[in-house]
Amino acid sequence: MKVIVDMNLCQDHGQCAIAAPEVFRMDENSRLVFDAEPDESMRQYVEDAIDVCPVQAIFLED
Amino acid sequence: MPRTVVVVGASLGGLRAAEQLRAQGFDGHVVVVGDEPHMPYNRPPLSKESLLGSERSVTAEELATGLAFRPRASATGIEWRLGAAAARADLRARTLSLADGEVLEYDALVVATGLRPRRMPQVEPAGGRHVVRTADDAARLRAEAAPGSRVVVVGAGFIGCETAATLHALGCDVVVVEPFPVPMARGVGTDVGAALLAHHRRSGVRFITGQGVAELRGTERVTGVVLDDGTVIECDLVVESVGSHCNVEWLDGNGLDLSDGLLCDNDLRVEGRPDVVAVGDVARFPNPRFDDVPRRVEHWSLPGDSAKRAAATVIAHLSGEPLEAPPFAPLPAFWSDQFGLRLQSFGSPGLADSVEVVEGSLDRLEGGAAVVYRRSGATVGVLLVNVPVARHPSYRSLVLASDQLV
Repeated sequence: MKVIVDMNLCQDHGQCAIAAPEVFRMDENSRLVFDAEPDESMRQYVEDAIDVCPVQAIFLED
Repeated sequence: MPRTVVVVGASLGGLRAAEQLRAQGFDGHVVVVGDEPHMPYNRPPLSKESLLGSERSVTAEELATGLAFRPRASATGIEWRLGAAAARADLRARTLSLADGEVLEYDALVVATGLRPRRMPQVEPAGGRHVVRTADDAARLRAEAAPGSRVVVVGAGFIGCETAATLHALGCDVVVVEPFPVPMARGVGTDVGAALLAHHRRSGVRFITGQGVAELRGTERVTGVVLDDGTVIECDLVVESVGSHCNVEWLDGNGLDLSDGLLCDNDLRVEGRPDVVAVGDVARFPNPRFDDVPRRVEHWSLPGDSAKRAAATVIAHLSGEPLEAPPFAPLPAFWSDQFGLRLQSFGSPGLADSVEVVEGSLDRLEGGAAVVYRRSGATVGVLLVNVPVARHPSYRSLVLASDQLV
């Protein structure tokens, strides 16, 4: 499972970090950092993060 | 015999319902019916960056395509019936009639028809008047909004304020007219509304509050508005952001209470019917996080949350199994971008009886302010204005920590 974030779209809303905190995190500068190859057990949370992204910036590749 | 679930409404709620039916294992027919010709697309940018970033020649199709949701890969075999408005449903016969006369049979019905803008009572003149809800609305507004256009935005709710900010950024000469003393009072309370008003005025947009529009001037096209006190504001365009109606008329004749959306139980069943559920803006349901009063929630987060529960409710019904799930207690969330401010809310500030600024100052919102909303001492919401997003989870947890769930 591969997570891709289009940083041109990302507006740092931070909703992904709430939906999947093990994968997405806002650093101390409120910029997104994320695990691009999370464990398969994280899939459901990544899908939730994709759903709640206000700008649809997160992509999932198998 | 495969079962059929018909989802009425092809926006965010309808899409998420269809996805969740598949994600939770339903392998029967899923038909999604929508009156717009477009696949589901993301509406909030239509009053913000999409409107701002488009040429005047932009078409509704281009806007909708640019904002289209990407359905989940698992959401396969879904039949999309677009450009097909629901005309009426017979809940006893379990049929849905479309505007073109076709009749669909269903085993379960998901209602996700959402809202449409309320219009001002004046019928004439028709030209130059706009609302902002759909891609078609936004394309029409963009085509008529030029630098120097004189625009009156009627109603200073979230959509009115966002649209005013965007039109101002496009070079329009914008006046906002709001009958209440402050903007967004219902969403954020009067203190924060007053602070937002002061900020927005400093941004160069004229706000006239405490006054409604008594009259529209013009014959074919609007040329001005007359306020309650007789003041005339000449204008080229009027944007009507004066609230919304639930799209539920197609359910008339089934004995339902349609006075404010659809009355649902905590599993989103409509008035106890096991085979009809509601999702998104039209669902009036009790949220045990707050109390047992059924309320509609017009926040962007709710279609996704309610679709999950509604899909589980439908699947349990169709399989004859009891629904085993904890109480449905979504935490509402919304955001708004206006005049250089990013607003983020968690919970339901509108329920509060007291408000406390816990960080920053309402006098300088651009520097960041955090506001806690309480009811009977319990935190029911927070509003964060230009607060670094890294700190949002800790504020959000204040609402989670004080909910009433046992």
